[in-house]
Amino acid sequence: MNMRISAGEFTERSLQIIRDLKHLEGPMLPILHAIQAEFGYVPEEVKPVIASELNLSRAEVHGVVTFYHEFRDHPAGRHVLKLCRAEACQSMGSDRIADRARQLLGIDFHQTTLDGAVTLEAVYCLGLCACAPAAMLDGEVFGRVDEHCLGDIVAEARR
Amino acid sequence: MTVTIFVPRDAAALALGAEKVARAIAQEIAARGLDAKVVRNGSRGMFWLEPLVEVRTEHERIAYGPVKAGDVKGLFDAGFLEGAEHALHLGPTKDIPFLRQQTRLTFSRCGVTDPLSLDDYRQYQGLKGLENAIAMTQAQIVAQVTDSGLRGRGGAGFPTGIKWKTVMDAAGPQKYIVCNADEGDSATFADRMIMEGDPFVLIEGMIIAGIATGATKGYVYTRSEYPHAIATMTEAVEIARAAGILGASVMGSAHAFDMEIRSGAGAYVCGEETSLLNSLEGKRGIVRAKPPLPALQGFLGRPTVVNNVISLASVPVIMDRGAEFYKNFGMGRSRGTIPIQIAGNVKYGGLYETAFGLSLGEIVDHIGGGTATGRPVRAVQVGGPLGAYFPRALFDTPFDYEAFAAKDGLIGHAGITVFDDSADMLKQARFAMEFCAIESCGKCTPCRIGSTRGVETADKIAQGIEPEKNKALLADLCNTMKFGSLCALGGFTPYPVMSAMNHFPEDFSPAPLIEAAE
Repeated sequence: MNMRISAGEFTERSLQIIRDLKHLEGPMLPILHAIQAEFGYVPEEVKPVIASELNLSRAEVHGVVTFYHEFRDHPAGRHVLKLCRAEACQSMGSDRIADRARQLLGIDFHQTTLDGAVTLEAVYCLGLCACAPAAMLDGEVFGRVDEHCLGDIVAEARR
Repeated sequence: MTVTIFVPRDAAALALGAEKVARAIAQEIAARGLDAKVVRNGSRGMFWLEPLVEVRTEHERIAYGPVKAGDVKGLFDAGFLEGAEHALHLGPTKDIPFLRQQTRLTFSRCGVTDPLSLDDYRQYQGLKGLENAIAMTQAQIVAQVTDSGLRGRGGAGFPTGIKWKTVMDAAGPQKYIVCNADEGDSATFADRMIMEGDPFVLIEGMIIAGIATGATKGYVYTRSEYPHAIATMTEAVEIARAAGILGASVMGSAHAFDMEIRSGAGAYVCGEETSLLNSLEGKRGIVRAKPPLPALQGFLGRPTVVNNVISLASVPVIMDRGAEFYKNFGMGRSRGTIPIQIAGNVKYGGLYETAFGLSLGEIVDHIGGGTATGRPVRAVQVGGPLGAYFPRALFDTPFDYEAFAAKDGLIGHAGITVFDDSADMLKQARFAMEFCAIESCGKCTPCRIGSTRGVETADKIAQGIEPEKNKALLADLCNTMKFGSLCALGGFTPYPVMSAMNHFPEDFSPAPLIEAAE
């Protein structure tokens, strides 16, 4: 992810994405996913571009972006660690794992470590409920996460 | 003869190290110069045995598990390609009791085949239902699905055939089949397993739904938390399209049907059908008032079938084996089979497909084997975050839509979370309210505001502040949410809260606070 992108470049690259996808029925979410995949978040500068291409108001685009937990308004760390906090994982001690993760990283949920290495996110179910507690580091999934395993995951992410 | 070794690609197997195991096996095969290949299958759904590696010998498939990468060399040394004895040897896969006792109709291929092999799919009865459907009229297909007694497996339990008939009878130049794969309930993973382990069955079910109702376009709305399922489904759609199963002429017939895989963006409420439709259209996932029914004015205001993954994936077997065959399983008005997902603090967690009617106690104690921690089972939550907590006293409740409703619960998407005796039920009730507050779409007041007030009231009870008054207030709030909310999120959050309060009152009467001496 390149942090030094000019507004003009945002517009140019997002226009390409939007024009590739706008023929879809209900193109907004596919576009936002593609924008986030490109920039790591949904930049403020891109919202008016989407609005004008899809013939919507900026407020409508802003409303959609902010409704969904997944879309970010600023870049995440180099790695995103998601810990499941739903019931099945709770029954296997996920609250303890969450406390340990906060302690190891020195941050709370929805925060990024100062070195920009890891963003910690809560997630409500990864569908790994029969091997709880579950976690996901970027795209990689982990089951039966204990303190030892969590330590390994955090060390991996910190590298 | 080339020996086939199966290593699951299911996300839960991957979470337990299947990728490393598959790599280690491939290395051993190469190093030893053996005539063997690795196939990445779906999961059999026995997660305490994952990664479950199977070897196909001349006669049958022999299972080994749970296999760690470090075990692989020893397995080869012991001769596991011939199905030899080893500490991890489980015998023939089909004889493992957890699997043998199931009735696998919807999941018949899951874990058996290579999910992306159309040859495998055809070899194991795939596309037979679609072939039959192509030879029938729309009304005949709808009648067969109606007669099978299939009800919506997403949780609401609405008869699938009746929904299809409404869409079939609706006029419109364009109709849609939308598959609700936004499986957000904790303790559920059946949709994920089908999408990762047998994606063609979902595609086949959607095509049949399209032919029956006159819809030519389908969408699968999946959660972004399921990247593996999205990848497998996307690939399967491309394969089906290239094979002429999807497209302008479905398997050479006069019917057209094509489909796309779409991803949500982390909003639980989008599992509610009208919110899902708004999200699919590219709007905020706000719930719509009903009527109009989605069947008449759904996606883009056009007639739309919205069905859960398991409902659609159960259609091919109904069209293949007949309505009578399917209907003969089950009890009362709950016909056919249901994939029960046993999760949480449980010894033998996994997916267990069986006819409706088993008692909750049989499922938890006998099939699930009690808790993983070995402590007594205190409570089980049935039906995800909006489902009730059941105490031991209600373990005789049969697994059936009506029986659970009669006990102020729901079977929902058939996920069961087991808790041991360390569970704090007041904390669980508070979490139900907190979850509702996090995930509320904000359209209706009882859900949006009620959930936050619920959290505050639960906190007051925990702090011993006027507990009796606050318990009465919480019950009153639940009543308002139950009857005043627009959809099931606000409307069903009272189930876990009230069941926790009614069945575990001791947790709601904490020891009075002792004032610290100044």
